[in-house]
Amino acid sequence: MKQRKLVVISAGLSQPSSTRLLADQLSATTAKAAAQLGVTLDVQVIELRDLAHEITDNMLTGFAKPALKQAQEAVTAADALITVTPVFSAGYSGLYKSFFDVLDKDALVDKPVLLAATAGTARHSLVLEHALRPLFAYLRATIIPTSVFAASDDWGANSVEGPLRGRIERAAAELAREVERREPAVVTDPFALTTDFAEMLKNL
Amino acid sequence: MQFGIFSVSDITTDPTTGRTPSEAERIKDIVTIAKHAEEVGLDVFALGEHHNEPFFSSSPTTTLAYIAAQTKTLQLSTATTLITTNDPVKIAEDFAMLQHLSDGRVDLTLGRGNTGPVYPWFGKDIRAGIPLALENYALLHKLWREHIVDWEGKFRTPLQSFTSTPRPLDDVPPFVWHGSIRSPQIAEQAAYYGDGFFANHIFWPKEHTQRMVQLYRQRFEHYGHGSADQAIVGLGGQVFMHRNSQDAVKQFRPYFDNAPVYGHGPSLEDFSRETPLTVGSPQQVIERTLGFREYVGDYQRQLFLMDHAGLPLKTVLEQLDLLGAEVVPVLRKEFAARKPAHVPDAPTHASLLAKKNETKEEVAA
Repeated sequence: MKQRKLVVISAGLSQPSSTRLLADQLSATTAKAAAQLGVTLDVQVIELRDLAHEITDNMLTGFAKPALKQAQEAVTAADALITVTPVFSAGYSGLYKSFFDVLDKDALVDKPVLLAATAGTARHSLVLEHALRPLFAYLRATIIPTSVFAASDDWGANSVEGPLRGRIERAAAELAREVERREPAVVTDPFALTTDFAEMLKNL
Repeated sequence: MQFGIFSVSDITTDPTTGRTPSEAERIKDIVTIAKHAEEVGLDVFALGEHHNEPFFSSSPTTTLAYIAAQTKTLQLSTATTLITTNDPVKIAEDFAMLQHLSDGRVDLTLGRGNTGPVYPWFGKDIRAGIPLALENYALLHKLWREHIVDWEGKFRTPLQSFTSTPRPLDDVPPFVWHGSIRSPQIAEQAAYYGDGFFANHIFWPKEHTQRMVQLYRQRFEHYGHGSADQAIVGLGGQVFMHRNSQDAVKQFRPYFDNAPVYGHGPSLEDFSRETPLTVGSPQQVIERTLGFREYVGDYQRQLFLMDHAGLPLKTVLEQLDLLGAEVVPVLRKEFAARKPAHVPDAPTHASLLAKKNETKEEVAA
Protein backbone atom coordinates (compact mmCIF):
# COMPACT_ATOMS: atom_id res chain seq x y z
CA MET A 1 0.00 0.00 0.00
CA LYS A 2 1.21 3.49 -0.85
CA GLN A 3 1.07 6.05 1.95
CA ARG A 4 -0.21 9.55 1.19
CA LYS A 5 -1.25 12.56 3.25
CA LEU A 6 -4.73 14.08 3.07
CA VAL A 7 -5.40 17.36 4.87
CA VAL A 8 -8.98 18.44 5.48
CA ILE A 9 -9.72 22.11 6.13
CA SER A 10 -13.02 22.88 7.78
CA ALA A 11 -14.10 26.50 8.23
CA GLY A 12 -17.29 25.74 10.16
CA LEU A 13 -17.77 27.80 13.29
CA SER A 14 -20.49 26.05 15.30
CA GLN A 15 -20.21 22.87 17.33
CA PRO A 16 -21.34 20.53 15.87
CA SER A 17 -21.13 22.05 12.41
CA SER A 18 -22.61 20.80 9.16
CA THR A 19 -19.41 22.01 7.47
CA ARG A 20 -17.39 19.61 9.61
CA LEU A 21 -19.97 16.89 8.99
CA LEU A 22 -19.53 17.26 5.23
CA ALA A 23 -15.75 17.39 5.65
CA ASP A 24 -15.80 14.13 7.59
CA GLN A 25 -17.99 12.39 5.03
CA LEU A 26 -15.74 13.54 2.22
CA SER A 27 -12.54 12.46 3.94
CA ALA A 28 -13.91 9.07 5.03
CA THR A 29 -15.23 8.37 1.53
CA THR A 30 -11.96 9.50 -0.05
CA ALA A 31 -9.97 7.27 2.32
CA LYS A 32 -12.15 4.32 1.34
CA ALA A 33 -11.83 5.05 -2.39
CA ALA A 34 -8.07 5.47 -2.04
CA ALA A 35 -7.75 2.19 -0.14
CA GLN A 36 -9.41 0.42 -3.06
CA LEU A 37 -6.69 1.84 -5.29
CA GLY A 38 -3.96 0.65 -2.91
CA VAL A 39 -3.34 3.98 -1.18
CA THR A 40 -3.50 4.47 2.57
CA LEU A 41 -4.45 8.03 3.41
CA ASP A 42 -3.13 9.60 6.57
CA VAL A 43 -5.88 12.13 7.33
CA GLN A 44 -5.37 15.34 9.31
CA VAL A 45 -8.27 17.70 9.96
CA ILE A 46 -7.65 21.41 10.51
CA GLU A 47 -10.46 23.39 12.14
CA LEU A 48 -9.93 27.02 11.19
CA ARG A 49 -11.91 28.21 14.20
CA ASP A 50 -9.03 27.04 16.43
CA LEU A 51 -6.63 29.16 14.40
CA ALA A 52 -8.77 32.29 14.01
CA HIS A 53 -6.66 34.52 16.27
CA GLU A 54 -3.38 33.27 14.85
CA ILE A 55 -4.61 33.85 11.30
CA THR A 56 -5.39 37.49 12.15
CA ASP A 57 -2.03 37.89 13.90
CA ASN A 58 -0.29 36.45 10.84
CA MET A 59 -2.00 39.04 8.72
CA LEU A 60 -0.78 41.82 11.02
CA THR A 61 2.76 40.63 11.72
CA GLY A 62 3.66 38.70 8.59
CA PHE A 63 4.53 35.45 10.32
CA ALA A 64 2.63 32.47 11.73
CA LYS A 65 2.63 31.44 15.36
CA PRO A 66 3.31 27.75 16.16
CA ALA A 67 -0.18 26.21 15.73
CA LEU A 68 -0.86 28.05 12.47
CA LYS A 69 2.65 27.33 11.27
CA GLN A 70 2.04 23.63 11.84
CA ALA A 71 -1.21 23.83 9.90
CA GLN A 72 0.50 25.68 7.03
CA GLU A 73 3.27 23.11 6.94
CA ALA A 74 0.74 20.25 6.92
CA VAL A 75 -1.12 21.84 4.00
CA THR A 76 2.10 22.44 2.09
CA ALA A 77 3.25 18.85 2.61
CA ALA A 78 -0.16 17.31 1.85
CA ASP A 79 -0.69 15.11 -1.21
CA ALA A 80 -4.31 16.20 -1.37
CA LEU A 81 -6.66 18.72 0.24
CA ILE A 82 -10.34 18.76 1.00
CA THR A 83 -11.62 22.23 1.94
CA VAL A 84 -15.11 22.99 3.18
CA THR A 85 -16.45 26.45 3.91
CA PRO A 86 -19.83 27.63 5.08
CA VAL A 87 -21.44 30.23 2.82
CA PHE A 88 -21.43 33.65 4.48
CA SER A 89 -22.94 36.65 2.70
CA ALA A 90 -22.99 34.92 -0.67
CA GLY A 91 -19.36 33.77 -0.61
CA TYR A 92 -16.76 31.79 1.32
CA SER A 93 -16.35 32.85 4.93
CA GLY A 94 -13.80 35.55 5.72
CA LEU A 95 -11.90 33.20 7.99
CA TYR A 96 -11.64 30.62 5.20
CA LYS A 97 -10.28 33.19 2.76
CA SER A 98 -7.92 34.62 5.38
CA PHE A 99 -6.33 31.20 5.91
CA PHE A 100 -5.41 31.10 2.22
CA ASP A 101 -4.43 34.79 2.25
CA VAL A 102 -1.63 34.09 4.73
CA LEU A 103 -0.57 30.79 3.16
CA ASP A 104 2.48 30.95 0.90
CA LYS A 105 1.17 31.67 -2.61
CA ASP A 106 3.00 28.65 -4.04
CA ALA A 107 1.93 26.18 -1.34
CA LEU A 108 -0.91 24.72 -3.40
CA VAL A 109 0.68 24.65 -6.83
CA ASP A 110 -0.29 21.39 -8.58
CA LYS A 111 -1.94 20.03 -5.42
CA PRO A 112 -5.22 18.13 -5.91
CA VAL A 113 -7.97 20.00 -4.06
CA LEU A 114 -11.57 18.95 -3.53
CA LEU A 115 -13.86 21.97 -3.02
CA ALA A 116 -16.97 21.84 -0.88
CA ALA A 117 -19.37 24.25 0.79
CA THR A 118 -22.41 24.24 3.02
CA ALA A 119 -25.32 26.66 3.34
CA GLY A 120 -28.87 26.91 4.61
CA THR A 121 -30.32 26.79 1.11
CA ALA A 122 -29.44 25.36 -2.28
CA ARG A 123 -29.74 28.85 -3.79
CA HIS A 124 -26.08 29.40 -2.77
CA SER A 125 -24.75 26.33 -4.53
CA LEU A 126 -22.97 28.28 -7.30
CA VAL A 127 -20.61 29.71 -4.64
CA LEU A 128 -18.40 26.77 -5.49
CA GLU A 129 -18.15 27.95 -9.08
CA HIS A 130 -18.03 31.73 -8.71
CA ALA A 131 -15.98 32.01 -5.51
CA LEU A 132 -14.03 28.88 -4.60
CA ARG A 133 -12.98 27.67 -8.05
CA PRO A 134 -11.41 31.02 -9.11
CA LEU A 135 -9.55 31.25 -5.80
CA PHE A 136 -7.92 27.85 -6.27
CA ALA A 137 -7.34 28.51 -9.96
CA TYR A 138 -5.36 31.59 -8.87
CA LEU A 139 -3.41 29.45 -6.40
CA ARG A 140 -2.68 27.05 -9.28
CA ALA A 141 -4.09 24.05 -7.47
CA THR A 142 -5.37 21.05 -9.40
CA ILE A 143 -9.10 21.37 -8.78
CA ILE A 144 -11.08 18.13 -8.70
CA PRO A 145 -13.87 18.39 -11.32
CA THR A 146 -16.71 17.48 -8.95
CA SER A 147 -17.24 19.97 -6.13
CA VAL A 148 -19.74 19.23 -3.39
CA PHE A 149 -22.40 21.51 -2.02
CA ALA A 150 -24.69 20.60 0.88
CA ALA A 151 -27.72 22.68 1.85
CA SER A 152 -29.70 21.98 5.03
CA ASP A 153 -32.23 19.96 3.03
CA ASP A 154 -29.51 17.57 1.89
CA TRP A 155 -29.10 16.30 5.44
CA GLY A 156 -32.63 14.82 5.37
CA ALA A 157 -32.64 11.03 5.66
CA ASN A 158 -33.62 10.37 2.04
CA SER A 159 -31.30 12.80 0.43
CA VAL A 160 -28.23 11.58 2.36
CA GLU A 161 -28.69 8.30 0.56
CA GLY A 162 -29.65 10.23 -2.57
CA PRO A 163 -28.01 13.02 -4.57
CA LEU A 164 -25.58 14.33 -1.88
CA ARG A 165 -24.25 10.84 -1.19
CA GLY A 166 -23.73 10.36 -4.91
CA ARG A 167 -21.81 13.63 -5.30
CA ILE A 168 -19.63 12.85 -2.28
CA GLU A 169 -18.74 9.48 -3.75
CA ARG A 170 -18.01 10.86 -7.19
CA ALA A 171 -15.81 13.68 -5.84
CA ALA A 172 -14.01 11.33 -3.43
CA ALA A 173 -13.32 8.84 -6.21
CA GLU A 174 -11.92 11.61 -8.42
CA LEU A 175 -9.66 12.85 -5.63
CA ALA A 176 -8.49 9.33 -4.77
CA ARG A 177 -7.59 8.63 -8.43
CA GLU A 178 -5.67 11.91 -8.61
CA VAL A 179 -3.67 11.05 -5.48
CA GLU A 180 -3.02 7.49 -6.63
CA ARG A 181 -1.46 8.45 -9.96
CA ARG A 182 0.86 11.11 -8.51
CA GLU A 183 4.27 11.08 -6.87
CA PRO A 184 4.25 12.18 -3.21
CA ALA A 185 4.26 15.95 -2.64
CA VAL A 186 7.69 17.57 -2.43
CA VAL A 187 8.22 20.45 -0.01
CA THR A 188 10.76 23.07 -1.04
CA ASP A 189 12.81 24.80 1.65
CA PRO A 190 12.35 28.58 1.24
CA PHE A 191 15.77 29.20 2.81
CA ALA A 192 17.64 26.83 0.52
CA LEU A 193 19.94 28.33 -2.07
CA THR A 194 18.92 27.10 -5.51
CA THR A 195 21.48 28.92 -7.67
CA ASP A 196 24.97 30.11 -6.82
CA PHE A 197 26.23 33.65 -7.26
CA ALA A 198 27.77 33.23 -10.71
CA GLU A 199 24.54 31.73 -12.00
CA MET A 200 22.45 34.52 -10.46
CA LEU A 201 24.60 37.23 -12.07
CA LYS A 202 24.39 35.50 -15.44
CA ASN A 203 20.59 35.34 -15.28
CA LEU A 204 19.86 38.95 -14.29
CA MET B 1 31.92 43.43 19.48
CA GLN B 2 30.09 46.58 18.44
CA PHE B 3 26.91 47.77 20.13
CA GLY B 4 24.62 50.45 18.86
CA ILE B 5 21.16 51.54 17.87
CA PHE B 6 19.27 51.71 14.61
CA SER B 7 16.36 53.94 13.72
CA VAL B 8 13.67 53.54 11.08
CA SER B 9 12.88 57.27 11.35
CA ASP B 10 9.13 56.92 11.81
CA ILE B 11 7.04 59.89 12.87
CA THR B 12 4.36 58.28 15.02
CA THR B 13 1.76 59.73 17.35
CA ASP B 14 2.53 59.06 21.01
CA PRO B 15 -0.47 56.87 21.94
CA THR B 16 -0.32 57.95 25.59
CA THR B 17 -0.61 61.69 24.86
CA GLY B 18 -2.03 61.82 21.32
CA ARG B 19 0.82 64.12 20.36
CA THR B 20 2.60 63.79 17.00
CA PRO B 21 6.05 65.36 16.70
CA SER B 22 6.72 67.58 13.70
CA GLU B 23 9.30 66.55 11.09
CA ALA B 24 11.56 69.36 12.32
CA GLU B 25 11.33 68.06 15.88
CA ARG B 26 11.96 64.41 14.99
CA ILE B 27 14.92 65.32 12.79
CA LYS B 28 16.55 67.33 15.60
CA ASP B 29 15.65 64.55 18.06
CA ILE B 30 17.43 61.91 16.00
CA VAL B 31 20.61 64.00 16.13
CA THR B 32 20.25 64.26 19.92
CA ILE B 33 19.66 60.51 20.12
CA ALA B 34 22.73 59.72 18.00
CA LYS B 35 24.92 62.04 20.06
CA HIS B 36 23.60 60.51 23.25
CA ALA B 37 24.40 57.03 21.93
CA GLU B 38 28.06 58.08 21.83
CA GLU B 39 27.83 59.74 25.25
CA VAL B 40 26.58 56.56 26.91
CA GLY B 41 29.35 54.50 25.31
CA LEU B 42 27.69 52.90 22.31
CA ASP B 43 29.69 52.25 19.13
CA VAL B 44 27.24 52.49 16.24
CA PHE B 45 24.34 54.63 15.06
CA ALA B 46 22.48 53.41 11.97
CA LEU B 47 19.70 55.25 10.16
CA GLY B 48 17.08 53.92 7.76
CA GLU B 49 16.04 55.24 4.36
CA HIS B 50 12.43 55.82 3.33
CA HIS B 51 10.72 57.77 0.61
CA ASN B 52 7.24 57.96 2.02
CA GLU B 53 5.38 59.34 5.00
CA PRO B 54 5.39 58.87 7.99
CA PHE B 55 9.20 58.60 7.75
CA PHE B 56 11.62 61.51 7.59
CA SER B 57 14.88 59.89 6.56
CA SER B 58 15.05 60.14 2.77
CA SER B 59 18.64 61.39 2.80
CA PRO B 60 20.66 59.46 5.39
CA THR B 61 24.13 60.67 4.38
CA THR B 62 23.11 64.30 5.02
CA THR B 63 21.91 63.42 8.52
CA LEU B 64 24.90 61.18 9.21
CA ALA B 65 27.36 63.87 8.09
CA TYR B 66 25.76 66.34 10.48
CA ILE B 67 26.02 63.77 13.28
CA ALA B 68 29.61 62.97 12.31
CA ALA B 69 30.53 66.62 12.80
CA GLN B 70 29.24 66.49 16.38
CA THR B 71 30.64 63.13 17.48
CA LYS B 72 34.13 61.69 17.89
CA THR B 73 34.00 57.90 17.96
CA LEU B 74 30.52 56.92 16.80
CA GLN B 75 30.48 54.59 13.78
CA LEU B 76 27.82 55.78 11.33
CA SER B 77 25.84 53.25 9.40
CA THR B 78 22.52 52.74 7.65
CA ALA B 79 19.53 50.49 8.20
CA THR B 80 19.17 50.18 5.32
CA THR B 81 20.43 51.92 2.16
CA LEU B 82 18.22 51.00 -0.78
CA ILE B 83 20.44 49.24 -3.31
CA THR B 84 17.47 48.67 -5.62
CA THR B 85 16.06 52.15 -6.22
CA ASN B 86 19.15 54.30 -5.62
CA ASP B 87 21.64 54.82 -8.40
CA PRO B 88 24.76 52.89 -7.34
CA VAL B 89 26.88 55.74 -8.69
CA LYS B 90 25.22 58.15 -6.27
CA ILE B 91 25.66 55.69 -3.38
CA ALA B 92 29.37 55.40 -4.25
CA GLU B 93 29.75 59.19 -4.28
CA ASP B 94 27.65 59.97 -1.20
CA PHE B 95 29.23 57.41 1.08
CA ALA B 96 32.80 58.11 -0.05
CA MET B 97 32.09 61.78 0.76
CA LEU B 98 30.73 60.84 4.18
CA GLN B 99 33.75 58.64 4.72
CA HIS B 100 36.10 61.61 4.21
CA LEU B 101 34.07 63.97 6.37
CA SER B 102 33.77 61.46 9.22
CA ASP B 103 37.42 60.34 9.07
CA GLY B 104 36.38 56.85 8.05
CA ARG B 105 33.66 56.32 10.65
CA VAL B 106 31.21 54.97 8.11
CA ASP B 107 29.88 51.68 6.83
CA LEU B 108 26.57 50.86 5.24
CA THR B 109 23.92 48.18 5.23
CA LEU B 110 22.24 47.48 1.92
CA GLY B 111 18.63 46.41 1.68
CA ARG B 112 16.08 46.05 -1.08
CA GLY B 113 13.17 47.92 0.49
CA ASN B 114 9.68 46.48 0.65
CA THR B 115 7.49 49.53 -0.01
CA GLY B 116 5.83 48.74 -3.34
CA PRO B 117 5.29 52.26 -4.75
CA VAL B 118 8.88 53.39 -4.06
CA TYR B 119 10.11 51.23 -6.92
CA PRO B 120 7.98 52.84 -9.65
CA TRP B 121 8.60 56.31 -8.17
CA PHE B 122 12.26 55.70 -8.91
CA GLY B 123 11.58 54.04 -12.24
CA LYS B 124 12.12 50.48 -11.04
CA ASP B 125 10.07 47.28 -10.73
CA ILE B 126 9.78 45.55 -7.33
CA ARG B 127 9.62 42.17 -9.07
CA ALA B 128 13.21 42.75 -10.18
CA GLY B 129 14.29 43.43 -6.57
CA ILE B 130 16.92 40.69 -6.38
CA PRO B 131 18.44 41.29 -9.84
CA LEU B 132 18.56 45.05 -9.05
CA ALA B 133 20.35 44.36 -5.76
CA LEU B 134 22.85 42.08 -7.50
CA GLU B 135 23.66 44.29 -10.46
CA ASN B 136 23.68 47.59 -8.59
CA TYR B 137 26.00 46.25 -5.93
CA ALA B 138 28.33 44.74 -8.53
CA LEU B 139 28.70 48.25 -9.95
CA LEU B 140 29.06 49.93 -6.54
CA HIS B 141 31.76 47.41 -5.60
CA LYS B 142 33.66 48.19 -8.80
CA LEU B 143 33.31 51.98 -8.51
CA TRP B 144 35.06 51.95 -5.13
CA ARG B 145 37.86 49.67 -6.27
CA GLU B 146 38.66 50.73 -9.82
CA HIS B 147 39.70 54.27 -10.69
CA ILE B 148 38.36 54.33 -14.23
CA VAL B 149 35.25 52.31 -14.82
CA ASP B 150 33.75 51.08 -18.08
CA TRP B 151 30.50 49.38 -17.34
CA GLU B 152 27.33 48.18 -18.96
CA GLY B 153 24.38 46.48 -17.29
CA LYS B 154 20.69 45.86 -17.57
CA PHE B 155 19.25 48.49 -15.25
CA ARG B 156 21.35 51.62 -15.62
CA THR B 157 22.74 53.72 -18.43
CA PRO B 158 26.27 52.51 -19.36
CA LEU B 159 29.42 54.21 -18.09
CA GLN B 160 32.49 54.95 -20.22
CA SER B 161 35.66 56.15 -18.48
CA PHE B 162 33.82 57.15 -15.34
CA THR B 163 35.58 57.90 -12.07
CA SER B 164 33.51 58.08 -8.92
CA THR B 165 34.69 60.97 -6.74
CA PRO B 166 35.81 61.45 -4.09
CA ARG B 167 37.80 58.23 -4.10
CA PRO B 168 37.28 56.17 -0.92
CA LEU B 169 39.33 57.46 2.01
CA ASP B 170 42.85 55.94 1.86
CA ASP B 171 41.53 53.87 -1.06
CA VAL B 172 39.69 51.71 1.46
CA PRO B 173 36.01 51.30 0.51
CA PRO B 174 33.47 51.53 3.35
CA PHE B 175 32.61 48.12 4.78
CA VAL B 176 29.29 46.82 3.47
CA TRP B 177 26.69 44.71 5.24
CA HIS B 178 23.90 43.07 3.27
CA GLY B 179 20.56 42.93 5.03
CA SER B 180 17.78 40.47 4.29
CA ILE B 181 15.02 38.80 6.24
CA ARG B 182 14.51 35.70 4.15
CA SER B 183 16.08 35.90 0.71
CA PRO B 184 18.84 33.29 0.49
CA GLN B 185 20.17 35.07 -2.61
CA ILE B 186 21.23 38.04 -0.46
CA ALA B 187 23.05 35.80 2.04
CA GLU B 188 24.82 34.30 -0.98
CA GLN B 189 25.71 37.76 -2.27
CA ALA B 190 27.20 38.81 1.08
CA ALA B 191 29.16 35.56 1.26
CA TYR B 192 30.47 35.86 -2.30
CA TYR B 193 32.04 39.26 -1.65
CA GLY B 194 33.16 38.44 1.87
CA ASP B 195 31.00 41.32 3.11
CA GLY B 196 28.97 41.36 6.31
CA PHE B 197 25.47 39.98 6.71
CA PHE B 198 22.97 41.87 8.84
CA ALA B 199 19.81 40.13 10.01
CA ASN B 200 17.10 42.56 11.02
CA HIS B 201 16.05 39.83 13.45
CA ILE B 202 13.27 41.87 15.08
CA PHE B 203 9.62 41.37 14.08
CA TRP B 204 10.30 37.76 13.02
CA PRO B 205 10.77 34.36 14.65
CA LYS B 206 14.41 33.61 15.35
CA GLU B 207 14.35 30.64 12.94
CA HIS B 208 14.48 33.03 9.96
CA THR B 209 17.63 34.66 11.29
CA GLN B 210 19.16 31.33 12.22
CA ARG B 211 18.65 29.85 8.75
CA MET B 212 19.89 32.92 6.90
CA VAL B 213 23.01 33.32 9.05
CA GLN B 214 23.78 29.62 8.76
CA LEU B 215 23.59 29.81 4.94
CA TYR B 216 25.72 32.98 4.87
CA ARG B 217 28.40 31.40 7.08
CA GLN B 218 28.58 28.22 4.96
CA ARG B 219 28.88 30.17 1.73
CA PHE B 220 31.42 32.63 3.24
CA GLU B 221 33.67 29.65 3.88
CA HIS B 222 32.86 28.19 0.44
CA TYR B 223 34.11 31.37 -1.24
CA GLY B 224 37.37 31.22 0.72
CA HIS B 225 37.05 34.27 2.96
CA GLY B 226 37.77 32.28 6.12
CA SER B 227 36.04 29.66 8.19
CA ALA B 228 32.27 29.83 8.68
CA ASP B 229 32.65 31.13 12.22
CA GLN B 230 34.81 34.00 10.95
CA ALA B 231 32.02 35.46 8.81
CA ILE B 232 30.83 38.95 9.84
CA VAL B 233 27.33 38.89 11.30
CA GLY B 234 25.18 41.70 12.67
CA LEU B 235 21.83 41.41 14.41
CA GLY B 236 18.99 43.72 15.28
CA GLY B 237 17.22 43.65 18.61
CA GLN B 238 14.31 45.43 20.21
CA VAL B 239 14.15 46.19 23.92
CA PHE B 240 12.36 48.36 26.41
CA MET B 241 13.72 48.49 29.94
CA HIS B 242 12.92 49.57 33.43
CA ARG B 243 14.77 48.53 36.57
CA ASN B 244 11.55 46.86 37.62
CA SER B 245 10.44 44.54 34.81
CA GLN B 246 6.71 44.99 35.51
CA ASP B 247 7.08 48.75 35.08
CA ALA B 248 8.80 48.15 31.75
CA VAL B 249 5.79 46.16 30.53
CA LYS B 250 3.33 48.71 31.88
CA GLN B 251 5.13 51.65 30.27
CA PHE B 252 5.74 49.99 26.92
CA ARG B 253 2.39 48.27 26.43
CA PRO B 254 0.49 51.25 24.94
CA TYR B 255 3.34 51.82 22.47
CA PHE B 256 3.40 48.13 21.61
CA ASP B 257 -0.38 47.86 21.24
CA ASN B 258 -0.48 50.80 18.82
CA ALA B 259 2.84 50.33 17.02
CA PRO B 260 2.67 50.68 13.23
CA VAL B 261 4.32 47.31 12.54
CA TYR B 262 2.60 44.88 14.90
CA GLY B 263 0.00 46.96 16.74
CA HIS B 264 -3.55 45.70 17.27
CA GLY B 265 -2.31 42.17 16.63
CA PRO B 266 -0.61 39.73 18.99
CA SER B 267 -0.18 40.54 22.66
CA LEU B 268 3.11 41.94 23.93
CA GLU B 269 3.65 38.65 25.75
CA ASP B 270 3.07 36.57 22.58
CA PHE B 271 5.27 38.80 20.49
CA SER B 272 8.04 38.68 23.11
CA ARG B 273 7.94 34.90 22.93
CA GLU B 274 7.84 34.66 19.12
CA THR B 275 10.41 37.38 18.30
CA PRO B 276 13.52 38.83 20.00
CA LEU B 277 11.49 41.68 21.57
CA THR B 278 12.46 41.96 25.24
CA VAL B 279 10.51 44.18 27.61
CA GLY B 280 11.81 43.94 31.14
CA SER B 281 14.74 44.62 33.44
CA PRO B 282 18.28 45.29 32.17
CA GLN B 283 19.19 41.83 33.47
CA GLN B 284 16.50 40.23 31.30
CA VAL B 285 17.80 42.13 28.28
CA ILE B 286 21.33 40.93 29.02
CA GLU B 287 20.24 37.31 29.27
CA ARG B 288 18.11 37.38 26.13
CA THR B 289 20.79 39.11 24.09
CA LEU B 290 23.50 36.69 25.20
CA GLY B 291 21.14 33.94 24.03
CA PHE B 292 21.30 35.20 20.43
CA ARG B 293 24.80 33.75 19.95
CA GLU B 294 23.44 30.31 20.70
CA TYR B 295 21.65 30.27 17.36
CA VAL B 296 23.80 32.56 15.17
CA GLY B 297 27.25 31.87 16.63
CA ASP B 298 29.75 34.52 17.71
CA TYR B 299 28.79 37.72 15.98
CA GLN B 300 30.21 41.18 15.51
CA ARG B 301 27.48 43.79 15.77
CA GLN B 302 24.35 44.17 17.88
CA LEU B 303 22.01 47.08 17.13
CA PHE B 304 18.89 47.89 19.15
CA LEU B 305 15.74 49.62 17.98
CA MET B 306 15.04 52.33 20.56
CA ASP B 307 13.20 55.29 19.02
CA HIS B 308 9.99 54.20 17.35
CA ALA B 309 6.25 53.81 17.79
CA GLY B 310 5.90 57.34 19.17
CA LEU B 311 8.18 56.99 22.20
CA PRO B 312 9.04 60.55 23.33
CA LEU B 313 12.63 61.78 23.20
CA LYS B 314 12.97 61.84 26.98
CA THR B 315 12.07 58.15 27.22
CA VAL B 316 14.42 57.21 24.39
CA LEU B 317 17.31 59.02 26.11
CA GLU B 318 16.50 57.24 29.39
CA GLN B 319 16.51 53.92 27.55
CA LEU B 320 19.92 54.79 26.12
CA ASP B 321 21.16 55.61 29.64
CA LEU B 322 20.13 52.17 30.85
CA LEU B 323 21.55 50.47 27.77
CA GLY B 324 24.88 52.28 28.11
CA ALA B 325 25.23 52.03 31.89
CA GLU B 326 23.82 48.63 32.76
CA VAL B 327 23.48 46.45 29.68
CA VAL B 328 26.27 47.03 27.19
CA PRO B 329 29.20 46.91 29.65
CA VAL B 330 28.06 43.46 30.82
CA LEU B 331 27.38 42.29 27.25
CA ARG B 332 30.83 43.46 26.12
CA LYS B 333 32.51 41.48 28.88
CA GLU B 334 30.36 38.37 28.50
CA PHE B 335 30.50 38.21 24.69
CA ALA B 336 34.27 38.79 24.76
CA ALA B 337 34.72 35.97 27.28
CA ARG B 338 32.81 33.58 25.01
CA LYS B 339 34.41 34.55 21.69
CA PRO B 340 37.33 32.38 20.44
CA ALA B 341 40.47 34.31 19.42
CA HIS B 342 40.18 33.43 15.71
CA VAL B 343 36.77 35.12 15.37
CA PRO B 344 37.37 38.66 14.07
CA ASP B 345 35.78 41.91 15.24
CA ALA B 346 33.58 43.95 12.91
CA PRO B 347 35.78 45.64 10.30
CA THR B 348 36.41 49.37 10.76
CA HIS B 349 38.27 51.82 8.58
CA ALA B 350 41.35 51.42 10.80
CA SER B 351 41.30 47.62 10.62
CA LEU B 352 40.68 47.59 6.87
CA LEU B 353 43.50 50.11 6.30
CA ALA B 354 45.88 48.04 8.44
CA LYS B 355 44.94 44.93 6.48
CA LYS B 356 45.54 46.72 3.20
CA ASN B 357 48.98 47.97 4.29
CA GLU B 358 49.84 44.48 5.51
CA THR B 359 48.95 43.00 2.11
CA LYS B 360 51.03 45.69 0.40
CA GLU B 361 54.07 44.91 2.60
CA GLU B 362 53.69 41.22 1.86
CA VAL B 363 53.69 41.98 -1.85
CA ALA B 364 56.76 44.23 -1.47
CA ALA B 365 58.61 41.57 0.53
